[in-house]
Amino acid sequence: MISIDLVIVGGGSAGMSAAVAAYDAGLRSILLLERGNALGGILLQCVHNGFGLHRFKEELTGPEYAYRYETQVLERNIPFKLNTTVLDISPDRVITAINSEDGLFTIRAGAIILAMGCRERAKGALNIAGTRPAGIFSAGTAQKYINIDGYMPGNEVVILGSGDIGLIMARRMTLEGAHVKAVCELMPYSGGLARNIQQCLNDFDIPLMLSHTVVEIHGRERVTGVTIAHVDEKRRPIPETRQYIACDTLLLSCGLIPENELTCGAGIPLDRVTNGAIVDQNRQTEIPGIFACGNVLHVHDLVDYVSEEAEIAGRAAAAFVQGNAAASDREIALRTDGKIRYTVPQRITAADAVSVYFRVADVYRNVQITVRDGDRVIYEKKKAKVTPGEMETVRLSADHLRTLDGNCLEFSLVLIDAQEEEQS
Amino acid sequence: MKKELTCIVCPMGCQLVVDLDEHNQVRAVDNANCKRGVAYATAECVAPMRTVTGTAPIVGGGIVPVKTDRAIPKELMIDCMMVINETYVPADAPIGTIIIENVLDTGANVVTTKDLHGVN
Repeated sequence: MISIDLVIVGGGSAGMSAAVAAYDAGLRSILLLERGNALGGILLQCVHNGFGLHRFKEELTGPEYAYRYETQVLERNIPFKLNTTVLDISPDRVITAINSEDGLFTIRAGAIILAMGCRERAKGALNIAGTRPAGIFSAGTAQKYINIDGYMPGNEVVILGSGDIGLIMARRMTLEGAHVKAVCELMPYSGGLARNIQQCLNDFDIPLMLSHTVVEIHGRERVTGVTIAHVDEKRRPIPETRQYIACDTLLLSCGLIPENELTCGAGIPLDRVTNGAIVDQNRQTEIPGIFACGNVLHVHDLVDYVSEEAEIAGRAAAAFVQGNAAASDREIALRTDGKIRYTVPQRITAADAVSVYFRVADVYRNVQITVRDGDRVIYEKKKAKVTPGEMETVRLSADHLRTLDGNCLEFSLVLIDAQEEEQS
Repeated sequence: MKKELTCIVCPMGCQLVVDLDEHNQVRAVDNANCKRGVAYATAECVAPMRTVTGTAPIVGGGIVPVKTDRAIPKELMIDCMMVINETYVPADAPIGTIIIENVLDTGANVVTTKDLHGVN
């Protein structure tokens, strides 16, 4: 069995950023394992622009963003293996992997960074009545067919779910000559970024039908149409509102789930809300020496934040291997009030400044984000609007954390004034 | 006249309010968190511009992602895609290769966004 200081599972934006950060922190024995046939991960099929505004202060496409990090990996001669699938990770950091060159092999790792990303939720398909003809795709599958393989999956399209991938695909298919008839969203709000609703739907007069879902799929060999319906406030379809739309393609954009089979196999506890590992401020899981970052930890809106998080994990993993990891002098649990659904990290073990990321459960206007140490408010920030589709950040300074009385921080959302909401 | 716009310059998605005079000229832009939002709102009311991204065929098979290197008039997006779809890219083109100069007289070039050099 070979021994390597740091093994990174996944060569997408998180894995590449983590590898570069660990290298720059002085680590040289690094191996990046990637299941696909190129570094870059899902960025390679995201040919649209809008990536890198925070990182590079310019608007890049997905492949360009990936190329910048791939270049950094190549410049540093960081070793990587493509077409390599990791089969198992043990709690004592032994990795079992397979590829067609090396066969089955095991590696003893000084530290491991989990950067496997996420996959699409297929749930939308399971609850829809009717037949199962050809022409039903997840939005990401359609994206791969069009942007990597060069095939159009259909001409007359209905999209279920208004996540960003669904919105991006509505525009992409329109520009390639398809007719996108509607985007149906079960919730009364879109999970996608506001800018994507503008530039992907409004620009092309594609209707966004909020509080609507697909209740039946029609067609034998190929989709011939779908029946959609308005849903009530309990998300139950209202029969009188059923409406038939002829189409040959149904895309599902129903959210993303972190891909954590390997994490579970290693016995690493997951957060039930994020479906990712429970981590501290260094993105270290509950098993020392195993770190997680990127969409495998929690689904991000922006790749810029993935890179930022991966660098934290990369530097921390390097410090762990080098024996420089700061001894944890405390254990602070981060709790949420339900309006805030989760935080990452979930725990803090040092008094250094830390950025806490979170998502809210619903659309709220005129809110105050509040962090309490017992009864004492240590941080507050007003926001005109928060939505589940946009990740929020709170930056806690070392001063905030040094003087805590308790061992728990409570994150809550306070609605400032319901009347102001109606006026605005 | 007041007009509401969602800014598309960055992922913040500011809800801009534009004040237009009787000649449809921009008098003021409210709610923008940065200067780029003001510029976007002004352009959007006069002549909306968009960057186009897509894929172009490679000589000998396959496709490569491309983009316009600056925004072009919004109404030319579909026409631009049709030109892109008919333009074949050399199989060894490095990233950033200009495949169409001054596409549709917009002043924008269409460039590749993936490195084919040394790949094929």
